Amino acid sequence: MDIIVCMKRVPDSAARIQIGGDGRSIDSAGLEHIISPYDEMALERALQIKEEQGGTVTVVCLGAAEAAKEIRQALAMGADQALHIKSDVGYRDPLTTARILADHLKGRTFDMLLFGKQSIDADNSAIGVMVATLLDLPAVSLVTKLDAADGKATVEREAEAGAEVIEVALPAVFTAQRGLAEPRYPSIKGIMQAKKKPIEEAQAPEEAALITLEALEPPPARTGGRIVGEGVEAVPELVRLLRSEAKVL
Amino acid sequence: MATVLAYLETSQGKLKKSAPEVLAQGRRLADSLGATLDALMIGKGVAALAAQAGSYGPDRVLHVEHDALDAFTLEGYVKAAQAAVQHSRPSVVLVAASVVGKDLAAGLCAAEGLSLLADVVAVSAEGGKLTVRKPVFAGKATAVLSAAAERVVVTLRPNVFEAAEPTGASPPAEVVQVALDGVGGRTRLVELRAKESEKLDLTEADIIVSGGRGLKGPEHWHLIDSLAEALGAVKGASRAVVDAGWRPHDEQVGQTGKTVSPKLYVAVGISGAIQHLAGMRTSKCIVAINTDAEAPIFKVADFGIVGDAAKVVPALVEELNKLKE
Ligand SMILES: Cc1cc2nc3c(=O)[nH]c(=O)nc-3n(C[C@H](O)[C@H](O)[C@H](O)COP(=O)(O)OP(=O)(O)OC[C@H]3O[C@@H](n4cnc5c(N)ncnc54)[C@H](O)[C@@H]3O)c2cc1C
Ligand SMILES: Nc1ncnc2c1ncn2[C@@H]1O[C@H](COP(=O)(O)O)[C@@H](O)[C@H]1O
Repeated sequence: MDIIVCMKRVPDSAARIQIGGDGRSIDSAGLEHIISPYDEMALERALQIKEEQGGTVTVVCLGAAEAAKEIRQALAMGADQALHIKSDVGYRDPLTTARILADHLKGRTFDMLLFGKQSIDADNSAIGVMVATLLDLPAVSLVTKLDAADGKATVEREAEAGAEVIEVALPAVFTAQRGLAEPRYPSIKGIMQAKKKPIEEAQAPEEAALITLEALEPPPARTGGRIVGEGVEAVPELVRLLRSEAKVL
Repeated sequence: MATVLAYLETSQGKLKKSAPEVLAQGRRLADSLGATLDALMIGKGVAALAAQAGSYGPDRVLHVEHDALDAFTLEGYVKAAQAAVQHSRPSVVLVAASVVGKDLAAGLCAAEGLSLLADVVAVSAEGGKLTVRKPVFAGKATAVLSAAAERVVVTLRPNVFEAAEPTGASPPAEVVQVALDGVGGRTRLVELRAKESEKLDLTEADIIVSGGRGLKGPEHWHLIDSLAEALGAVKGASRAVVDAGWRPHDEQVGQTGKTVSPKLYVAVGISGAIQHLAGMRTSKCIVAINTDAEAPIFKVADFGIVGDAAKVVPALVEELNKLKE
């Protein structure tokens, strides 16, 4: 089974996001970066499948030169090789991102192409399905279980009505939802081996933006911090506030 | 004349709660752009909903009917939406940013070469330009994005926008023909395990009661059950309790769970880690119950009670039930 995982470098989920002086970027001073968590889950499942039945795992990352660190981490976890499509563009609209990825994936052969359900910085929940559509491949999003054999994958996904079990002819695209797999930590051996694994490099084309990022703003402030009281004595006052002030009851 | 196309999601023969929200924004944008408003439904038997959809104010109701569209499949629904887009030639397409809506919007954009403004919480049109606000970095910042009001799809975060009220109007309904031969053969639904009862999805809920590790164990979840029942709420959970296996992960709220914006969010025994706040900080009113007065959840809570959930929750349930008498 040959599997490609698309992974993005994003600010750590625990990081505070400070807006930069230009008002349209984030202040990256001291900011830690990680592989976007859902992409890491997809990668983990890909590695497990490779370990069960052989094959290769390739990671593809469109991002800044610094993303080499997260790519090495993926290789240290066990991926065999990587494609780094380099780009310095801060904001890129989802269709343009999907087109760049699809252009690079077009000529490659694979059984499965995995994505995270969502990147935790752009939060578009779009790229996986877009790439699948551009490549004319079947796709199932939000998979929490994924098994593959004999040219066919069986996945479980979380739909609003309940859990769906779906069979898909390969090659196909899946996006990972929490529950699919818990990412491993790279072993020392893995880290050593990663240094010798090949990273192919390409340059992202300069595309006209379809969408303009006008500004980044802090989230709407919450005027929280009002402690109604302590213990059960505070309950009647809480209910009164919810009824007459917040008007939510 | 320009057109705005509003996709209305349906489920089990009913319009979803997002439909009037999407139509209200559709009407607003159509008026600012001097455009007409088309509503679109896709599925099997959706024609029966045309009158109801029409009552929310579109100028036309389009529906794509096909037996193969009974259940959502990405390929089938994208084909259907493409047929509707080719029929109505909209400059702007509006879709709810739900599980189905996100897939449909992404697929449609790729298939038709439309740009995507995803999961927005505000949208306006002026001088042929759309401007939206969209939470990014899991809600830790808001991006202001703009695009030409032309060949663009906007997905609207559920539960954020005001819903349209039904009027007496009944605009014309049109069937859009779509050939779906050979579509959907690559994916096959083999089983659907429906959720217990007709449980409302967290993202659609008006009131949510979530529990965290402060509950001390799954055997105390009856506290959350009873408070949820007293409030008519949907139940959520922190990641700590999902990881511990106390609750299923479709209940998880936060950065790697669901993003919710209910009218009322009650956090019981939840510390308020940044990843949890990412999923619920846009709730209209937040209540926290926690033994630790320093817990970060109190910084975002509109109202907090410092106390033991095992004592405060039953008292709260009792007080709420008094209101019903
Ligand atoms: C990449 C990543 C993604 C993550 N995504 C999410 C996510 O999506 N959602 C999420 O929730 N977390 C997420 N987390 C985890 C997050 O960092 C926290 O660990 C988690 O939210 C803590 O859950 P908790 O508040 O239930 O538990 P704790 O932090 O242990 O808090 C328990 C709280 O209960 C209080 N308490 C104790 N006893 C009582 C009592 N008797 N009555 C009332 N209160 C009491 C305590 O004072 C404490 O504040 C993520 C973490 C990472 C690294
Ligand atoms: N720049 C990128 N490079 C590689 N993969 C990406 C990139 N951006 C997004 N993806 C993939 O697409 C998924 C969905 O991202 P998004 O649509 O931005 O929420 C992510 O989880 C990644 O798997």
